[in-house]
Amino acid sequence: MIRKTIFRGLWLCSMALSSLAIGAVHEVKDGQSIQAAVTKAKAGDIIKVFPGTYHETIYVDKDDISLIGIVENGEWAHLDGEKILNDAILYSGNGFSVEWFKITKYKGNAIMGQSGNNFSIRNNWVIDTGLYGIFPEFGHNGLIENNILSGIEDAAIYVGMSDYIDVRNNQVFDNVAGIEVENSRHVLVEGNVARNNTGGILVFITPGLPIKSSYDAIVRRNFVTNNNTPNFAIPGSLVAGIPSGTGILVMSGDKVVIEDNIITGNNTGGIIVTSGDFVTEVASDKDSDPHSDQVEIRNNVMFDNGNDPDGEMKLLMLSKFSTKGPDILAYQSATEKERGSCISRREAYRSYGLEEWADCDAPTVRAADAVASASDIGTTRQLTTKMLEAPADPRIITADAGGAEVIYNGICAGCHAYNVRLIGPPALVIQAQYGDDAQAIANYVAEPVRRRPDFPNMPPQGHISEEMRLLVAEYMLGLDG
Amino acid sequence: MMSVLMWRSCLSRFSLNGPRALGLCTFFLWLPQSLTADELHHAFELATHCPPGFKLTEERRCELNSLYDNYHSPHDSGVGGPRAGLPEIRDGFSPQVIDLGRYLFFDPILSADKSIACSSCHDPDYGFADGLGRASGINKTVLDRSAPSLWNIGFFDTLLWDGSKSSLEEQLIGPLYSDKEMGNRPDQLIADLRSNAIYQNLFTVAFGPGEIQLDQVYTAITAFESSLVSLNSRYDFYAHGLQTALSPSELEGLNVFRSFVSRCGECHTPPLFSNQEIAIIGVPEPEGRPFDPGAGATSGIPSQRGGFRVPSLRNIAKTAPYMHQGNFESLRDTVTFYNGGRGHAVPEDENLLIHWHIWEPDLREEELDRLVDFLHALTDEGFMPEIPRRLPSGLTPGRAMNRNNLTSR
Repeated sequence: MIRKTIFRGLWLCSMALSSLAIGAVHEVKDGQSIQAAVTKAKAGDIIKVFPGTYHETIYVDKDDISLIGIVENGEWAHLDGEKILNDAILYSGNGFSVEWFKITKYKGNAIMGQSGNNFSIRNNWVIDTGLYGIFPEFGHNGLIENNILSGIEDAAIYVGMSDYIDVRNNQVFDNVAGIEVENSRHVLVEGNVARNNTGGILVFITPGLPIKSSYDAIVRRNFVTNNNTPNFAIPGSLVAGIPSGTGILVMSGDKVVIEDNIITGNNTGGIIVTSGDFVTEVASDKDSDPHSDQVEIRNNVMFDNGNDPDGEMKLLMLSKFSTKGPDILAYQSATEKERGSCISRREAYRSYGLEEWADCDAPTVRAADAVASASDIGTTRQLTTKMLEAPADPRIITADAGGAEVIYNGICAGCHAYNVRLIGPPALVIQAQYGDDAQAIANYVAEPVRRRPDFPNMPPQGHISEEMRLLVAEYMLGLDG
Repeated sequence: MMSVLMWRSCLSRFSLNGPRALGLCTFFLWLPQSLTADELHHAFELATHCPPGFKLTEERRCELNSLYDNYHSPHDSGVGGPRAGLPEIRDGFSPQVIDLGRYLFFDPILSADKSIACSSCHDPDYGFADGLGRASGINKTVLDRSAPSLWNIGFFDTLLWDGSKSSLEEQLIGPLYSDKEMGNRPDQLIADLRSNAIYQNLFTVAFGPGEIQLDQVYTAITAFESSLVSLNSRYDFYAHGLQTALSPSELEGLNVFRSFVSRCGECHTPPLFSNQEIAIIGVPEPEGRPFDPGAGATSGIPSQRGGFRVPSLRNIAKTAPYMHQGNFESLRDTVTFYNGGRGHAVPEDENLLIHWHIWEPDLREEELDRLVDFLHALTDEGFMPEIPRRLPSGLTPGRAMNRNNLTSR
């Protein structure tokens, strides 16, 4: 029954069910084309890529495709862009999964998604793929886990304009930005190693983007160490303004919890919380709020930060009579009481600008608490994920009268009005001709032949599934003005 | 014969059937008629059906149906890739109001000297632009900027090149009463329409009895402009799942377009191919033209100097030349600009905050060619409205100035 209500033709992408369906397995060997396998694949299929070197851009605009690299005796399925190709993998389908690929030398991204929901990006090894390593954009509900990324000119892992994303257990090093959460909500960044980048972990609002907010992020149990690599971002990019030596930077983000991290050896500062004024090279946006509100900094272990502050931060610290940078710095509007931010164990840190911050709880967690997860007061320990319990909106066109009406109005009505001649004959005329034989119309429109000398040829509509064509034909025959 | 015509027109106007309609319309025909026989001969009637793409609701309003209705729009932003919902459209107008708007849109009666109409700068044959670098107003006044295309304009709440208007009603007052554009005055416009018996009749049909009001004029034009929908291009069929809808070279172009190397799709975000934001990209002005500060002059945000609203790319192949004053002749020239390096054409005395997506993507020549191929796959004029053969004013529908160039394009 459920199966019937889901339109399974080309229009659609029947995702809710296909994760249950057992798809075909396509094998790709060295010398063959991965894209050719993707083009052949249907929703639910798995594409296994064997060790070898592949010079391709792979694009996946269909749902529920899994790309799995096979590693044999340490030999990986290697996507090599040779600094000629732009991107290794582009996807827009829902339920996309990619794992176990080595990806090197692309100009743009290793893995970039636009609008795909329910994605999973795991166990990939990414080296110098240009601007970004892993970059899902406009996605709901996704997992980025156990990837290793280095040598990226902007952000190694970049969660952009997305919601309900977990970024877990990745290792990012020798990049400009390790992990960047930008204009996104409901994000968990946990258990990652962010070392030797220019900046380790960033939670941002970039002005001028169509989705304006960044809130509800938890940055927890990460190792954020020695992020002192000189900034090698391309001029003009937002991250070009990040001082080298930044551990964690919150700029304009709201409701950000920074908890249980180990943050050491970052030469400018361990944690910087600031407003959108921090970066001055970008035009303002009246619709995006530049302030960082309700930031909670709890129970982080920090030492050895601020040994050699970079550029302007050095001048700022000198103005505070210090040659060293801080463990924690609240800057610009982030210092204000009305921002509602809090800090636990403030005396433990060398901090600046936190005078008006409230104290927050950071209860001592005993072994028993860790297992039984007793109380959640003052800790996010109970929360295990920011991903959704049920998959996000699968983006389908339903095979029912409602879907038929949309297709009729969205496509057919361009040529067929009810009782007026447009490009094609009016629906009234077609009703008179076909009576209640919807099947004949459904067949005809798939491969139309010219029947009326006074009308132009009808373009074929075989792209609509047979089931859907029948429903649309029934809808047309039932029109009454 | 005459009365039969009127009687039938009455029936269709009220969309009535059966004896009640017969009675009602027969009664109307007994009323004294102010129209002359000659005027009636032209038999102006307003459509009782919605424009293509729109469904007539039970309340007799037109509501857009599009395949994008099935997709979620993240945070109601109307952006988000191939299968994301559109921004909300201005719909819900009656068929009659939309059709009245169509007459007004093409009718030069709206200009001071009755020489130009909305359609003189927004000509259907030029993608509802005019094929000119800088638009041409009343008395052939050359304006400072180009006429933007109106396809899909009903989805926009950031209007004009500088993004300074947020509704079509607010926007269209500008050209109507600007000395350089249509040169009219509200009192003259309303007097002209009220003294036209056909318009008076059509407004009554569309809005109910009473004298014609200016806000009715604005509403009707808004309703018509919002009906110009283009969402069935080859690209759209691909986005909805038809793998063969795009040719191999167009697909290559799509992949260049959405790559973070070119970053085209970051601002020209599907499905509208605009994120409606202000972006500073630093195009060179045509020779001899002063620097245009764009949004920086009108938004109250000085850092937006040189910024313009990101235009939609749908039907872009129809609207050459490109940019705010026709800075580039062709799509190929336009994409080449983006390959030229960040700020390469900014005047020396300007210090612009060039958008972070503008950089030096170093695309190969063939990649630029493929981009242009892809842009052609965004063409769809399947819902083209009919240009009125006659207008209530008796004037000729306004058309773009340089129509003789059309054949060579």
